[in-house]
Formats: sequence, structure tokens, C-alpha cells
Amino acid sequence: MSARGEARLWLWQRVTAAFLAFFVLVHLATIIYAVRGGLSAAQILGRTRGSVTWGAFYAAFVFAAAVHGGIGFRTIAIEWLRLRSRAAGALALAIALALVALGLRAVAAVAIGP
Amino acid sequence: MSDGAPACTGTATLRVAVWRGDSNGSFQVFSVPRRGSQTVLDVVTYIQRVLDPTLAYRFACRVGMCGSCAMTVNGTPRWTCRTHVDKVARGGKLEIAPLANLPVVRDLVADMREFFDKWAAARGRFEPTRTREDDFAAVKPASPARGEADAAIECIGCGVCYAACDIVTWNPRYLGPAALNRAWTLVNDVRDGGNVERLAAVAGDAGCHSCHTLMSCTELCPKELSPTRSIAGLKRATIK
Repeated sequence: MSARGEARLWLWQRVTAAFLAFFVLVHLATIIYAVRGGLSAAQILGRTRGSVTWGAFYAAFVFAAAVHGGIGFRTIAIEWLRLRSRAAGALALAIALALVALGLRAVAAVAIGP
Repeated sequence: MSDGAPACTGTATLRVAVWRGDSNGSFQVFSVPRRGSQTVLDVVTYIQRVLDPTLAYRFACRVGMCGSCAMTVNGTPRWTCRTHVDKVARGGKLEIAPLANLPVVRDLVADMREFFDKWAAARGRFEPTRTREDDFAAVKPASPARGEADAAIECIGCGVCYAACDIVTWNPRYLGPAALNRAWTLVNDVRDGGNVERLAAVAGDAGCHSCHTLMSCTELCPKELSPTRSIAGLKRATIK
């Protein structure tokens, strides 16, 4: 990949890391709130289903994680699996798309319903 | 000794294992008398002058200015002329080898060619924007760019950071801490006109974006520079 492309990937990973820091904090705070409040699974789903806010929050979380993890995996594949840039990029893209598919499926189940 | 200096000038000896031969060589053990305020370079010089004149090693200034005497001492790259035996000998033993991450010429002499070739590849050369007909450039000492350049400019090119860098070991194309540190001083030099090409040269998988911020370079730099900080600066500069 060109030097410009590498610089751009680095920037994307930094930007998504900044978003993930915020997302993870909100996610952890929500878990602690729900568990300490003694909410059941049904009660939690009752609050999240139909909520555009929670749906959008976790959908953005999924995309940020997929981009961040995909770029990180590409670097690991180049450094540790000794893959060439193109092969590592293709593998990383496949993993990122799988993360998006799995993540959005989970978000749909929580925010929309079965 | 009446002045209270450590009593290490008597019969104490150091057991010194020294690398001999090229990359397929092995360690040879010498016994060297222990002296007060003895440096690792003193030990190597004693071996070459007294015990075995065929030992090859490199030094010049002996006072920490020239950057030519760096070697691996007990597994860690160090400038040997300013490294006291007191600080690094373990149980009266020293193991001295050539710098890692570089080809071995012979004994303690590493081939520095690729180290300096990478300075050239990182566009470490000043690209002037003025001629001798122009007036001097006025660079304010307190300006932020001058401050950044100042913080990184005292490099003596000893290669300690390069030998300490795990990224160089993993990826032999990686430019390394010293070359990137040099590029950063020029990025902050307002008189320089080569930054478009320089930032393109230092980006990418062989450049600043490969740095994992392990900070071995910063920990071991004998001039106490922070190549890690310079590389972080380059990462920021490449996205502008």
C-alpha cells in the first residue's frame, strides 16, 4: 500500500479509537446501571426495543469496532503472519465485514426485535 | 587507597566474553584486571592492546561525542566509552557483542551501512530554500518548531536505538528510530523545503506508522533523546 494509504489507515484507527473510548464507557456504565438496578433481560429488552437512540448508538459502536479491529488485524497479519499487504488487506476486510454482519444482527435483535 | 576510592585496583579481575568472528562466530573469554572508574571501552581496549591485538572494534573520541563505540553489553546496546563497568557488570562478568540488527563485519564491528542508508531514505538531508545571496534566516529560539527540532537534534548517530528496536528486528525495511528522529528535526526546520517528499518517505509500513511505541529507543538513547516522541510527531505531520 502507498505511504499515503498507510497514513490514512493510521488516522482511521486513531479516530475510531477515540469513538470507541466513549462507546465503551457508556456501554460499561449501562451494564453497571442495569445489573445494580436488578433489571431482568425482559425488562432491558423492553427498554431497548423500538429505541432509535440505543439502536443508533450500538450500530455506530459496531462500525467503529469493525474499522478499528480490521485495521489492527491487518497490521498483525503483516507483522506476525508475514502476509503481503494485499493479502492482509483482503483478510482484514473479510473480518471487518463479518464483524459488521454479526454486530448489526445483535443490534437488530436488541433494538428492533426478533 | 587513602582517598576512599573503591578498592578495585588490586587483584580483582573481570571475566569478559567477547564476540569473535562474523555472524557465525562465538564468544571468547578474557580475564581483565578491574580498575577504578573503568569503562567498557577501557576493557575492550585493554584486551586489544594487551591480550589479543587481532581484536577488531571501533572507537574515536572516547568522550561520548562521536557515536562510534556502541556495542551490545550484557545483552543491551550501549555507548561503551561512557558506560562504567560498575553499572553493567553482573557478578564480575561482562558479555560484549557487536550491535544487534546490523550485519557483523568482524568481532565487535557492525556494518553501519544500512543504518545510514536509511537516514538517506528518510530524506535526512537538509534541502535549502535560500541561496548564499539571501540574508540569514531568522529562527526565534522560543518558537515551537525550533523547540521541537532542539529536543531531537543532539543525535550522535551511534545506532543504539536502532539495535534496541524490535520493529527493526521484525521488519528489516523499517527506517528505525534514528532516521525518523532526524527527519523530524528537518520537518521542524523552517528553512527546509523538502517536507512533501520527506513526509511521503517516512510514512507507510517501513516508516513512522510501523512504530508500536515500545520506547526501547527512548529508554536507551545515550543522549536521552526521545525518538518515540519524534515518530509520534511524524505520524501527526503525515496527516496534515
